[in-house]
Amino acid sequence: MSAPHPLAPEARLLAARDVAGLILALAIVGMPHALRAPWWLTLLTLCLYGWRAVAFAYPRALPAQWLLFLIAGAAMLGVWLAYHTIFGRVVGIVLLLLFSGLKLLETRTHRDAAAVVFLCYFLMITNFLYTQGIFEALAMCLALAVITATAVGFSAPQRALRANIHTAAMLLAHAAPAGLLLFLLFPRVQGPMWGLPQDAQSAVTGLTDTMSPGNIAQLAQSDALAFRAEFTQRIPAPRQRYWRGPALSEFDGRTWRAGLLQLADAPPGLQDGTTYRYSVLLEPHHRHWLFALESPAQRPPHANFSSDGLLLSISPIRNRLRYDMVSVADARPDPAEDPLLLRRALQLPRGYNPKARALGEEWRRAAGNETEVLARAIEFFRSSRISYTLEPPVLGHDSVDEFLFSTRAGFCEHFASAFVFLMRAAGLPARVVTGYLGGDPNPVDGILTVRQSDAHAWAEVFLSGRGWLRVDPTAAAVPARLDAGLARSVPGNVGLPLLMRPELEWLRGLRYNWEALAHQWNVWVLGYNPERQREFMSWFGMHGADWRDLATALLASMCVFAASLLAWSLRRRTRPDPVQAAWHRFCRKLGARGLARAPHEGPRDYADRAARDVPAAANAIRRIGELYILLRYGRTSAQAQLVELKRLVRSLKLA
Amino acid sequence: MLRALRTNPRWVSWFYGFTPPERGIILLGHRRVYIVPTRLGWMFAGALAILLLGSVNYALALGYVLTFLLGGMGFACMVHTARNLALLSVSPGRTEPVFAGEAAQFRLHLDNPSRFDRPSILARHVASGAQLVVDAAANSVAQAMLAVPAARRGRLALGRVMLETRFPLDLFRAWSYVEPEAHCLVYPRPAHSALPPAEAQAAGGGARALAPGNDDFSGLRAYQASDSPRHIAWKTVARTGDLLTKQFSEDAAAELWLDWQHTPSRLGTEERLSLLTGWVLAAERSGASYGLRLPGAEIAPGRGEAQRAECLQALAMFDPP
Repeated sequence: MSAPHPLAPEARLLAARDVAGLILALAIVGMPHALRAPWWLTLLTLCLYGWRAVAFAYPRALPAQWLLFLIAGAAMLGVWLAYHTIFGRVVGIVLLLLFSGLKLLETRTHRDAAAVVFLCYFLMITNFLYTQGIFEALAMCLALAVITATAVGFSAPQRALRANIHTAAMLLAHAAPAGLLLFLLFPRVQGPMWGLPQDAQSAVTGLTDTMSPGNIAQLAQSDALAFRAEFTQRIPAPRQRYWRGPALSEFDGRTWRAGLLQLADAPPGLQDGTTYRYSVLLEPHHRHWLFALESPAQRPPHANFSSDGLLLSISPIRNRLRYDMVSVADARPDPAEDPLLLRRALQLPRGYNPKARALGEEWRRAAGNETEVLARAIEFFRSSRISYTLEPPVLGHDSVDEFLFSTRAGFCEHFASAFVFLMRAAGLPARVVTGYLGGDPNPVDGILTVRQSDAHAWAEVFLSGRGWLRVDPTAAAVPARLDAGLARSVPGNVGLPLLMRPELEWLRGLRYNWEALAHQWNVWVLGYNPERQREFMSWFGMHGADWRDLATALLASMCVFAASLLAWSLRRRTRPDPVQAAWHRFCRKLGARGLARAPHEGPRDYADRAARDVPAAANAIRRIGELYILLRYGRTSAQAQLVELKRLVRSLKLA
Repeated sequence: MLRALRTNPRWVSWFYGFTPPERGIILLGHRRVYIVPTRLGWMFAGALAILLLGSVNYALALGYVLTFLLGGMGFACMVHTARNLALLSVSPGRTEPVFAGEAAQFRLHLDNPSRFDRPSILARHVASGAQLVVDAAANSVAQAMLAVPAARRGRLALGRVMLETRFPLDLFRAWSYVEPEAHCLVYPRPAHSALPPAEAQAAGGGARALAPGNDDFSGLRAYQASDSPRHIAWKTVARTGDLLTKQFSEDAAAELWLDWQHTPSRLGTEERLSLLTGWVLAAERSGASYGLRLPGAEIAPGRGEAQRAECLQALAMFDPP
């Protein structure tokens, strides 16, 4: 019993095929990480893989343990120098990549190889922290196939690779239904169970709650998705597609901030206008706000209105979120407003932008009423010939003055900031509103896609007796921005995302199809959350299913699946030999007449005895016996003889 | 109760699903195939738990997909592992007799009637630990030779054999016990010593000693495997290519009796049998005609493979009165 167990993984050494499979699997799962890791670490990991491959031909080239420790120590020092920490998510993933190379290098038996396989699984799932698209899912399937085929090779070292791949494919095919059932029915838990690391929300682009010159222009160069909106009936006209984000009321001379927010239960009162019903699928941005078409008339669950008309979720949007909305476009706003808010909307920092301040005060003096001040301001922007550019010049201390009177080029945040400044100088309460303008309706599925490149800033002015009115100074200066979107408003396509350039129409067509698919992916795979799960269960008549119902349904369906898989494995090959089948039929026919074959009786004896007892069919019976012996024991077997045997047996009459 | 479970043959056969020894072809039904996770299987389950925790905490939809796919694969692996062993037919093959101290080569036929191959099946002789890994291809019969040490003369029963597999992913271990009715004849361990002296044989029954020099050539006959190379007619072989053995008149007449009574009585039964075994082998090598006389049994003189086998079997199965 002391002999090593020949099937135990620690007793079996790796073959060249196993090493090749492991390196291939690691290359697939490690690639996305390698593109993000520091270049020297990627290079080091690749060298370690290469070393293992070489060491297969020259086993003496495998490093000693102390050398591996040395490499690990040096690499960890490098990581510390690059990140100033060896903890945290990003660093952890980078180290995981490094360890995959180190582990591979000390892999000698199948037990070590199993550890590498587990490392592959962890490398795969950590990639999903960054991106979970369709391509990543396909890459995952490919990696799983390679890993499984390699692992099958561990337990069947003598078997052909093709057969192992076939087994792996069968395993994955059998895993898929179980995986689907688990995915749909496993009781989902929402939200983090413990705190996310500090760096969990790094590298997420999107609107922030501040605005200073140039930061929206920078955001507008990103092609990243902000959200998608699916309208139930019609899609609003381009000039109505203002998606409201945070309103910014506090200005320190350079940066606009949101300031304190008050929560309100009810939406601001609205009258008239066109009602739109739609649902929004919002990408996670780790902030509280929810985007809605101006002006939102309804509050999604787990959200509140702020006093400046913004929708705020109770918890930050960490996962893709879907919510139904009702908005009223072009409505008449509520004329009543909190005086405290109005006072805040008039504040201006001292010592900034003296020329703009003077201009505003001049308008105030010259104009008879608020409406006329507003008209003068809009007229000022319309005739100003300030150019609209994605690459605005850098502004100094008096950002509004420089923009209006010297550089005369800017992006929407410059226009909005200057306009609000002028309005406040003229004594009208005003604020900056950030959000998105536009959105691309997909001709394939009609879903409106809003990207970061649609980011926009506009202004709201409060007129007494009329309430807050939206004024878009950018649209006044560059009317094309409203109807044609960013791409046609910026001259010369400077700095535009590639796919927004008008000459690439065909590419956009392709992209529309792809996005329609991606939307379904987002809704059904990535956005499958406890609510979706309940919705799914209600299709089967299980309304308001809680986790117990889900667990019961999961258990029941898994039992059905297990039973069918077991039945598949129990199935025996029942494909009787046609000669044997014909002979059995012959025996049954004779048996029915009381001439059953004795166990010791051979076909010749049996046929002779039967022929004597049934003289009428003696010839046929003898011929059947002859044919059976010929087909069963003869050296050659002809199809014609088999056909004859079948025919004779079928037409045998014993009566 | 537990003792009854272990000792009562009816309980034992109920527990294992068969009554040893089993005659004929043994079909491994699903009821006879046991399966448990291996250590690697438990580690796989642990890794899945970590993946699931990560997926829940970071709300990774694709993490869920990965975790559940792997979970499904673990489940499928269990069925595949059991299937790799179930519905296999086991039957014993012929075994050649061996001498005590050697290893009996038990042959097991693993008949795979299915359309899929069953790789990496371990056959392990439970008592001795003799083991072998075989691959049973689809629609074919694989052979496993188990080298079981034969310590004592007599009839060695194969005993219990465990068939085990961990294919395809090493996550589960499926095994089954079989106890086919297979025996190996074990001859006594031969003691190498000179043939008994001539006078002893004369006392035994008229046979004359084989003395060198008495070789009056009497003719040629066809070569037999047991013939001494010294008696092959090499010249004839060179001329005709036929293997012929020279026969000598004295040889033909000589009758050698190997008698229990000629072995020293101070020795124990087994040692005396060993001595007789050595004599049988030596007599066969010398090409003489020999007979065996044991208490209660006598084998008439003869020569050749059959005579040798008969004598050795009588020695192997000798039951002292």
